[in-house]
Amino acid sequence: MQLWSETLSNWLAGLGLPEPVALTVAYLVGALVLATFAPLLALILIWITRKVISRLQDRIGPNRVGKYGLLQTVADALKLLSKEDIRPANADPISYNLAPILSVFGVIMSLAVVAFAPGLIGADLNVGVLYLVALGSIGIMAALMAGWGSSNKYALLAGFRVVAQLLSYEIPMVLSMLAPVLLAGTMRLGGISEAQALRIFGFNIGLGWFVFIMPAAFLIFFISALAEGEQTPFDLLEAESELIAGFHIEYSGMKFAMFFLAQFLNSFFLGAIAVMLFLGGWQGPLVDQIPLLGLVYFLAKTFAVYVVVQWIKGTFPRVRIDQMMAFAWKVLVPQVLALILWQMLVMKLPAPTWVQYGLILVGNLAVIGVVVRILGRYFQQEQVRSKRAFEPRSLIGTMQPAPSSGD
Amino acid sequence: MVPLNWYLILSAFVFSCGLYAALARRNAIAALMGIELMLNAVNINLVAFWRYGNAVEALAGQVFAIFVIAVAAAEVAVGLALIISVYRLRRTVNLDELDTLRG
Amino acid sequence: MPAILDHLPTVQQVIFILIGLFTAVSALLVVVAPNLFHNALALVATFFGVTGLYVLLEAEFLAVSQVLIYVGAISTLITFAIMLTRGMMYGRTSPTNQQRLAAAIMAVLFFLVLAGLLVHVPWPVVGAELKAGEAIIADLGELFVTTYLIPFELMALLLLVALAGALMLARDR
Repeated sequence: MQLWSETLSNWLAGLGLPEPVALTVAYLVGALVLATFAPLLALILIWITRKVISRLQDRIGPNRVGKYGLLQTVADALKLLSKEDIRPANADPISYNLAPILSVFGVIMSLAVVAFAPGLIGADLNVGVLYLVALGSIGIMAALMAGWGSSNKYALLAGFRVVAQLLSYEIPMVLSMLAPVLLAGTMRLGGISEAQALRIFGFNIGLGWFVFIMPAAFLIFFISALAEGEQTPFDLLEAESELIAGFHIEYSGMKFAMFFLAQFLNSFFLGAIAVMLFLGGWQGPLVDQIPLLGLVYFLAKTFAVYVVVQWIKGTFPRVRIDQMMAFAWKVLVPQVLALILWQMLVMKLPAPTWVQYGLILVGNLAVIGVVVRILGRYFQQEQVRSKRAFEPRSLIGTMQPAPSSGD
Repeated sequence: MVPLNWYLILSAFVFSCGLYAALARRNAIAALMGIELMLNAVNINLVAFWRYGNAVEALAGQVFAIFVIAVAAAEVAVGLALIISVYRLRRTVNLDELDTLRG
Repeated sequence: MPAILDHLPTVQQVIFILIGLFTAVSALLVVVAPNLFHNALALVATFFGVTGLYVLLEAEFLAVSQVLIYVGAISTLITFAIMLTRGMMYGRTSPTNQQRLAAAIMAVLFFLVLAGLLVHVPWPVVGAELKAGEAIIADLGELFVTTYLIPFELMALLLLVALAGALMLARDR
């Protein structure tokens, strides 16, 4: 598969540029395109979020600026740009100013390894999957810096929460990302996408998605990604009623907009990672014949995942912080560890591939069964408890006078 | 290629910075940061020697660097836990005020 | 990316000087900046600088691990500890102890002696061509379960013990 950078630099070299210069120019062009792509993408993402949430809430959503309200976000961005930039007097200038930049930086850097279509990938790093995980940790640092730098108690508390949540959910997320890596035998995101082809009589119908073999790993990844992207039901960091706005409470104007941008792009990227690792990436029917169709498949799948995330946002209530932490450490981490161990054992079995795939699928289904049982029992207990707490009869029971001792 | 000396001198500088922090800073966390700097300096050396050495295929330098990173992670976790429990007990993390054992 | 650098050795050296200066300045800031939180930020910058050096040395896996473990975990832990021991941050007292002069002299001497030594030793430089990046990672993985199996397992045990020990120590009784 020829990479876009090779094509472009070969073309430039054909024009008479020396080879290293041509390659540099090609990479610069690629970086420019990707960096421009990110804000445009954010405009669309914010529009989708508003429209989906409004439909769920029986509203129409933005419809004044531009066709279907498509330009509403542009108007909002202009408003934010023209706002006064307020800095708290006690804020630490370095970390206060650096935090929004760092948060956007971490997100945009991950564009570099997204495999959009066959050969259309900024840089197909050998450690692509790890690279994405590492960039996530920059976001944690940015949140801590914002929380500390604003010199505001609520911001600091929210910063602590961010770190606790993101670090806890990073573990199941990374471990579940290991499952497709093990199966594909590579950490290159392009390679993982390629591995999800399904050939029938040599014809690639592009439906060998890993989600069919490992649904539990996908579910665990999806849940942890919701938490990593600070999406409902795990958006405790911006629980308005408790923490007002979260770690970016003291930010206004463009700096606030940068956090906003980073959050929307981040949830899009987590969807993109899910698509690349589990939902086939750019694979789909006829993609071998028309490579550009891969771009269409990839974007369609990613936007579909994004809409599902917004759907969840409009549907679920927020979980409590102790429930959230307990779920990560007591349910997700042991399950995903068992899953990975099982998969490694199965892959070492001297059995034909389809048997191995079948066994992996069985293991995944078993894990889903166990999780559903645990959750079912938990909800049963909660229901009993809340019934006991709110049942009028039990209240009356406690209010009855103590039985008089026989006199 | 970049001369090997450059890497070694940079790493010596980082190591010296870490040494100063470990010797002269009063705050225990700052001293710990100095130790982290020294470990990083060692890692630069290991990887540079691996890359410029004659056993590139053996990867020993990278393997050692990974061991150092893992040990550093363990050290930080335990060190910070100690510092926090000392802070709970004494309300200070200044190393020269922690002299309960002085005779 | 390394492909560009191979063609232009001087570009590689310029990049090294930029990264090296960045690393050195931030390492110095870790040590001399008075505010503890700024020390931690400078430490993160140093880690990023070292990451750049690893990329330059074509150790991709290490570079990513450096960001993941140092920036992601260790810096976060340190920042956390700084926040939990608040009140120590804004120094009413000096950030250094009485031995600062001796320590400074010691550190400077150490650096000068080492640097003088390093400049004069004719290091036998080979700098062989590397395999493709993916093969290196596969080799690394294989080394950990063959040649370095026992150290690797001991490392895993150490991490487990450190985790349990840290939990025990920091638990609120």
